[in-house]
Amino acid sequence: MKKTVLRKPKGFIDVYKHKPGAEKDRTHYCPGCGHGILHKLIAEAMEDLDIVDDTILISPVGCSVFAYYYFDTGNFQAAHGRAPAVATATSRANPDKVVISYQGDGDLAAIGGNNIIQAANRGENIVVFFVNNAIYGMTGGQMAPTTLEGQITTTTPYGRNVDTDGYPMKMCEVISQLTAPTYVERVSLHDAPHIRKARAAVRKALLNAKERKGFQFVEVLSTCPSGWKMDPVKSMEWVKERMMPLYPLGVYRDLGEEARITTRPVPVMDPAAVWEKLGISAEKDVDFPRGEVADEYRKMSIRVAGFGGQGIMVTGQALAGVALEYGYNVSWLPSYGPEMRGGTANCSVNIQDGTIGAAEAVKPGMLLAMNRPSLEKFEKTIVPGGTLIYNSTLIDIEPARKDIKVFAVPITGMADELGNTRVQSLVNIGAYAAITGMFKVEDVITLLPKLFKGKNQAIIDLNAKAVKAGFDYVKENF
Amino acid sequence: MARMLMKGNYAAVYGAAMAGCTAYYGYPITPASEVAESAAALFPKLGRIFVQAESEVAAINMVYGAAGSGQRVMTGSSGPGISLKMEGISYCAGAALPCVIVDIMRGGPGLGNIGPEQSDYNQVVKGGGHGNYRCIVLAPASCQEMCDYTMLAFELADEHRIPVFVLTDGVIGQMMESVVIPEPVKELPDKSDYAVFGTPLNKNLVNSIYIDHDELEQWNMKLLKKYQIIEESEVRFEEYMMEDAEIALIGYGSVSRVLRTVVDNAREKGHKIGLFRPITLFPFPKNEIAVLPERGIKHVLTVELSTGQLVDDVNLALAGVIKSDLYFRLGGNVPSADEITDKISELYGEVK
Repeated sequence: MKKTVLRKPKGFIDVYKHKPGAEKDRTHYCPGCGHGILHKLIAEAMEDLDIVDDTILISPVGCSVFAYYYFDTGNFQAAHGRAPAVATATSRANPDKVVISYQGDGDLAAIGGNNIIQAANRGENIVVFFVNNAIYGMTGGQMAPTTLEGQITTTTPYGRNVDTDGYPMKMCEVISQLTAPTYVERVSLHDAPHIRKARAAVRKALLNAKERKGFQFVEVLSTCPSGWKMDPVKSMEWVKERMMPLYPLGVYRDLGEEARITTRPVPVMDPAAVWEKLGISAEKDVDFPRGEVADEYRKMSIRVAGFGGQGIMVTGQALAGVALEYGYNVSWLPSYGPEMRGGTANCSVNIQDGTIGAAEAVKPGMLLAMNRPSLEKFEKTIVPGGTLIYNSTLIDIEPARKDIKVFAVPITGMADELGNTRVQSLVNIGAYAAITGMFKVEDVITLLPKLFKGKNQAIIDLNAKAVKAGFDYVKENF
Repeated sequence: MARMLMKGNYAAVYGAAMAGCTAYYGYPITPASEVAESAAALFPKLGRIFVQAESEVAAINMVYGAAGSGQRVMTGSSGPGISLKMEGISYCAGAALPCVIVDIMRGGPGLGNIGPEQSDYNQVVKGGGHGNYRCIVLAPASCQEMCDYTMLAFELADEHRIPVFVLTDGVIGQMMESVVIPEPVKELPDKSDYAVFGTPLNKNLVNSIYIDHDELEQWNMKLLKKYQIIEESEVRFEEYMMEDAEIALIGYGSVSRVLRTVVDNAREKGHKIGLFRPITLFPFPKNEIAVLPERGIKHVLTVELSTGQLVDDVNLALAGVIKSDLYFRLGGNVPSADEITDKISELYGEVK
């Protein structure tokens, strides 16, 4: 006769050291509770599949908050409803491990409803054991999303009323609507034949996880004699007679051999490789030699303003990006807010040696006005003796200020002549270079591929022409 | 060298990448969205993890999972999103998990607007979530500092096993400056004593439950001790023109840059004004502020983009020894240098 040795499966810790108090050899679950049965099925399966040492278990909030007392795995205890989020990150960090999200009905279907659906939808490589006992056990018997119609709980003292409390949630049915999940089954623990079926489902889910087959979801109809105020035998009957008709058992999804095997990249950590992958050069930056810059232009505070779509932000970024290559400290600050969606746009640029203070050009030394509203709005802010460049193609009024230097440049017109209004920004840069002496045209042209990363050669060539046109116009006319 | 022109929001992610951060979990929100976007752009190139979470709550709980798995992990958000993350941050603090949270502050309360404010100060600096916990809070004021302090944040987080905030406002997040990318870290700390790896030798537990009252009290005392050590060892601040100053301006983040301009303008006219800029908001440089009167400071003016959240800490430090004043703007408005100068004149006499 075959000898049967009764012992704890190796999936359990021998002595429940994390459990406070003297009773370190038994669980905290009530008599007749289904958690103990499910725990045992999981622990046995982990031993038989040889994954005890490769498993990480996430305990939820609810009666199984202390699941970590028992399982001889790596353990997390998670915030209420968030076990799938924690499991997501744990699984991504440890892609070759079996990650279990063990959750009750309040945790999974109420407070964490979105978390479970989204983790399922991402096809996270995790196993979810969902214990549905139609009640909040840990907090003393309140209504769960899975509480049956008419069921009395401490928060449905007159019975669950579907008009005010909604209907019992059928999570297998919900989860199996998604594309990604690999395996979805509902089982029950109310008698020995069904426990055997539950055992098979637990094993299948864990085996799939061992083979990295994505998202596994096993819903387990379970008993809560304390919460239901019934004895264990009655509770088993209640599962069969009341829960099973509403929550049909069976396989809701099984991709079988079609299941996708989860693969995750290996992070690049080698310092040289990190820089190489990000296109960061280890070579020393070499500044362009600076030309003659008049004193008044050595510390620039510039406002660029116009309509959205006039290249306002690009002009500002190009000013900062080019000045940077001459070794200046630069800052660029957009006016962000509702106005960034259409309408007027403006940005502030600072170019100077030494630390830049306030980033916004409240009183700019230079205003580059691309349209009339911008001129009208910002002309008065220019510091006395400052500089105004304005787009004479679109601005048909004379600037009012007499204490500033004024450069009327047909920016839009020149860009249009070149065949593309969008090169206005680089016409601006050319004009700026001619006025300030801060940039050389050939340097700017050298930088164009960097400023217009990913753009084709024709666009870069056109912008090169634009810089030159802006520069020449100022040199020839002022 | 690796000099690049980039937004503060991008610079934070470059700092994270150089610090060996291997996972970013986040949710988009203006004006912090570029933090997530830059992680989405950079991390896949490095085989690192980027997940756009379904919610701010999910994102911070993913951070909890990643930090508990021993990764250097980051998330980023702004006001309303940070409010949502608070429970998860409390769990990270309670389980002593290191992580980095970037907060690009916007206008509040409620939906407020996306302009710059500093009104997350209290919720970030004082704990914010439930329980007795603190986070280290670094307050960068430039794009370079966004990069450098994010990198530093990972070091401090691991050293003290604590969540670290990089707290700044929309101005610093949205502006571009030249940033020199630091060299990537060569080695990461060993976390096998607490992190969960799921290996035969590693059966750790990441947890913040202490059912026994005495045990939870003891755990809180341990955390308190940690915060005391941090207060003794991690205070950072910057002084500008403070040597002979009689008026000290106090501000952090983008405000401190405007204050620098105020100081420069005032100094040109011979007025003895200086800038004291807290870089760590927790630990707050309270001892350094407490001695300002002894150093000859007659007046202290705190300027902030909130209705007096920072000045509370300044006043606690000054303990009523000298007069302290407050000037603030709200709703996305940033005070100009002239506006602040006028306020100084109004309070302490002509400095124009």
